[in-house]
Amino acid sequence: MNWKRSLIGVGVAVPIIGLLAFGFMRDPRAIPSPLPGHEAPAFDLAVFAPGEAPLARKVGDTLRLREFAGKVVVVNFWASWCLQCQDEHRDLSETARAYADRPTQFVGVLYNDRTTLGTRWISEMGGQSYPSVTDDRSRAAINYGLYGVPETFIIAPDGRIAYKHLGPISSAVLGKWIDSLLTLAPRADTTAVADK
Amino acid sequence: MIGPVAHNALIVSFAVVLFGAAVAPFAIRSGRRDLLRLTYASVYTNFLLVSIATILMVVALVAHDFSVSYVAAVGSRSTPLFFTIISLWGALEGSILFWAWVLAMYAAAVVWMHSKREGNLVPYASMTLLAVAAFFAVLLIGPADPFKPVFPVPTDGPGPNTLLQNHILMAVHPPLLYLGYVGMSVPFAFAMGAILGGEAPSNTWSQLSRRWMLASWGFLSAAIVAGMWWSYEVLGWGGYWVWDPVENASFLPWLTATAYLHSVMVQERRNMLRLWTLNLCVGTFVLTILGTFLTRSGILSSVHAFTTGTVGYYFLAFIAIVLLSTIVFVAGNSDRLRTKGSLGGAASRETVFLLNNLFLTAVMLTVLVGTLYPLVAEAFRGVKVSVGEPFFNRMAVPAMVALVFLMGVGPALPWGSTSWEDAKKRLTPPLMGAGVLTASALAVGARSVYSILAFACVGYAAVANLREYWIGARARRNAHGENWFVATTRLVGANRRRYGGYVAHIGILLVALGVAASSTFRSEREMTLRPLETLTVAGHTVRFKELWLRDEPQRSVVGATLDVISREGAIVDELQPRMNFYKVSDQPVPTPDVRSGFRGDVYVNLMAFDPDGKTATIKLIVEPLVPWIWFGGFVVVIGAVIGLFHGAKRAERAPQAAAEPVVSAPEPVSVGAQ
Amino acid sequence: MMRRVMVRAVFAAAMAVPCTAHAQSQSSATSDANIDARAAAISATLRCPVCQGESIQDSPSELAGQMRAVVREQLVAGRTPDEVKAYFVGRYGEWILLEPSMTGMNVLLWAFPVLLVIGGLWLIAVVVRKWSAQTPTPDS
Repeated sequence: MNWKRSLIGVGVAVPIIGLLAFGFMRDPRAIPSPLPGHEAPAFDLAVFAPGEAPLARKVGDTLRLREFAGKVVVVNFWASWCLQCQDEHRDLSETARAYADRPTQFVGVLYNDRTTLGTRWISEMGGQSYPSVTDDRSRAAINYGLYGVPETFIIAPDGRIAYKHLGPISSAVLGKWIDSLLTLAPRADTTAVADK
Repeated sequence: MIGPVAHNALIVSFAVVLFGAAVAPFAIRSGRRDLLRLTYASVYTNFLLVSIATILMVVALVAHDFSVSYVAAVGSRSTPLFFTIISLWGALEGSILFWAWVLAMYAAAVVWMHSKREGNLVPYASMTLLAVAAFFAVLLIGPADPFKPVFPVPTDGPGPNTLLQNHILMAVHPPLLYLGYVGMSVPFAFAMGAILGGEAPSNTWSQLSRRWMLASWGFLSAAIVAGMWWSYEVLGWGGYWVWDPVENASFLPWLTATAYLHSVMVQERRNMLRLWTLNLCVGTFVLTILGTFLTRSGILSSVHAFTTGTVGYYFLAFIAIVLLSTIVFVAGNSDRLRTKGSLGGAASRETVFLLNNLFLTAVMLTVLVGTLYPLVAEAFRGVKVSVGEPFFNRMAVPAMVALVFLMGVGPALPWGSTSWEDAKKRLTPPLMGAGVLTASALAVGARSVYSILAFACVGYAAVANLREYWIGARARRNAHGENWFVATTRLVGANRRRYGGYVAHIGILLVALGVAASSTFRSEREMTLRPLETLTVAGHTVRFKELWLRDEPQRSVVGATLDVISREGAIVDELQPRMNFYKVSDQPVPTPDVRSGFRGDVYVNLMAFDPDGKTATIKLIVEPLVPWIWFGGFVVVIGAVIGLFHGAKRAERAPQAAAEPVVSAPEPVSVGAQ
Repeated sequence: MMRRVMVRAVFAAAMAVPCTAHAQSQSSATSDANIDARAAAISATLRCPVCQGESIQDSPSELAGQMRAVVREQLVAGRTPDEVKAYFVGRYGEWILLEPSMTGMNVLLWAFPVLLVIGGLWLIAVVVRKWSAQTPTPDS
């Protein structure tokens, strides 16, 4: 037996096996977004579903991210054809209502869907407390690096994206982030206005 | 009822293969060779038991026995019978069962054909195959048990993956793939048997193993082409290869197997490259397991990756065992396998084979490293990166073009050596082919240096290979006065391995030509059409007639009917691209429609439609020479079959007459031994 | 059930039509073949986020079509291909690039095949010279 050569061979093989083993410790589908920590991409999007008082906005109004400077903004991308969106809908709607008197703003962004179908979906789901907007040609979705729906972005009062959530979000996660961001002193002069 | 019976059959088969594998070394060491019958009997018993389990699974699927976990996972009462049966290999557990069955079949065939052979090669090879079978038996009674009881028994199931129940090629591609993949365990088993049985320094074992490798290679080649065809017919964008990890996984062992089939000739002729050839044999097997691991473990995301549980960990452990034990065995015995190389000269077929092996290995390692690099990047940089089509096209395809060129050089050069003047004389005529194809490519508008080079190499190699037939047949004609047809048939018959190889070369060249032409001259356009509006691409026109809707038990189908219109304005064909909405899936599955012709395809896909039925968005793709790829795959298989039947008769008249090379080709070398 | 399927069919259609209509009107407005070719070349190197391994150039999915439109618009607006790619990397991460950038550790990935072939050719040259020297007479 030539043990020296065997050892060299083993020395080559072990890192390969280690690399494959490393593969198990990660999820190939979870792709970290580069956005958290950076300024949220601006958007001006038209309301198609008004939401409910006290959070309602008129249909046709334009929601601009920059008007929400100083607030915690929750941007949720959804679609009527998305099954997982049904799971998070109640949590989002109720959390928005619970924080109605705090400096927060919830925005639903309809992703690759028709507004008629979106409106029908909202009424089938028993309403949505906050307004939803349309995203022409998915420009906002691409600006936010969207992989699919649902995805939720939580934007801090200073205009930076604090957190991106993949898949259905829960009241607990929403509450935790909003509370912690609200305790930070909100800055009046925000930088979220810069147009990309 | 079915579940427990099949499960117990698999448990017994596990015990049987362990027993059979353990008996073999004992029988050989103790000199009681009659005990080897127990090993062989356990190979047959394993085949019987796994066959029972496989048949029971098919019965359970067809009978919709939802108390069996696999049926509950992939079965559905609304799925047509045909797709119900082929869902046997549509998901993880079933595919492992099918794998185990194919392996058991191969092992039984090996024992059936070779157990009378003297020496320790076949006993140790059987032991190796049983050890591999034991691993799959462990999977089947443990983490990938397809016969788990389900309670309460559901009344219906979700049905198979919608992508897999959409096309008939799903009945063809996976079985071919398994026959190819699993078949590569046999040459590996012979390699291990040769090392353990002390036969490795001779050529005797490789004559067995190369036949099995050739058969598996033929299956794998057919499987790869069938897989390309499936992608083309199902995925809806007119492509057939995207360097997806699963595609790469099937391509990697094909590359090393191809290298092996060439280097083993050098080994037999020249007594060199012995260690290298053995490594290719072992490496091919390791790559089949690695490929299976990559697609079953879910560590790389991919189109066809199976969803998994803990099976990946078992595969990783198996890879570790196989890799480490073979490295220790092969490297440990490498001193005995080293041979002094001797070459007549640089201008020889051997040199070309060395280059062929270099480029095949380079392509293999490039694809392997590219496929695994996302893991490396994440491990060391913590960043997710992608390595996709542009990388592989840029880094692997040039070496593949070089291989096509070498396919023209190798057959033209003699074994041994020749003078540079003679080499020049042999290598000049094929330049004509290169010139013709280059000129035609330029004439139809090819401008990129890259694709022009590809066409030139294909033309060169095509003429070089066809010329071998011509030279050989001409020699026979002159010597025996046969007509061209008889001369060519007898020429092939007299040296099936060699001329079968050239047939396979021509098949590969047809594939290469189809790929080069369809990727260079592809044109496409997408448009939303109202009825009677037309869409024209590259001189091909389709006219939208109507949208229709059809309800089937398992799906709803929305289709568009389009007329294909000739330049003269006549309707020459009707195409019906469809969009299928399966009850179990959110995603519609497209079914493009293709009009194939000698010169290429008109490919139509329904991208979207108006709910009122007023408009349809149609993508029209014109791709020249695509059918040549499928036909080339067929030719490759014919070549493999011709090569396989080599030697069956020949082995009987053992000391071969050296007559054949003298008449078949004016080669200066006739070493005689073939 | 069937109704739900049909509803889906309808939405799928509804989703796709408007976006392709846009794509049409744009490409007819500025029929600059040069821009189209450059846009196609860039799109072929960007990975479709909602598909598996396909580029946005190849993918029939709707988002891919919208991303192709973004690529084209940015080129028309005068951005360089590198800037367009940088935009997408900023939104999606390096993952979006189908061929990793030739920087940092990625250089190893790109250099590997080249070094492999050069090393292999050198090895074959050495070996052929050595082995031919051992048998000066051809065995014909």
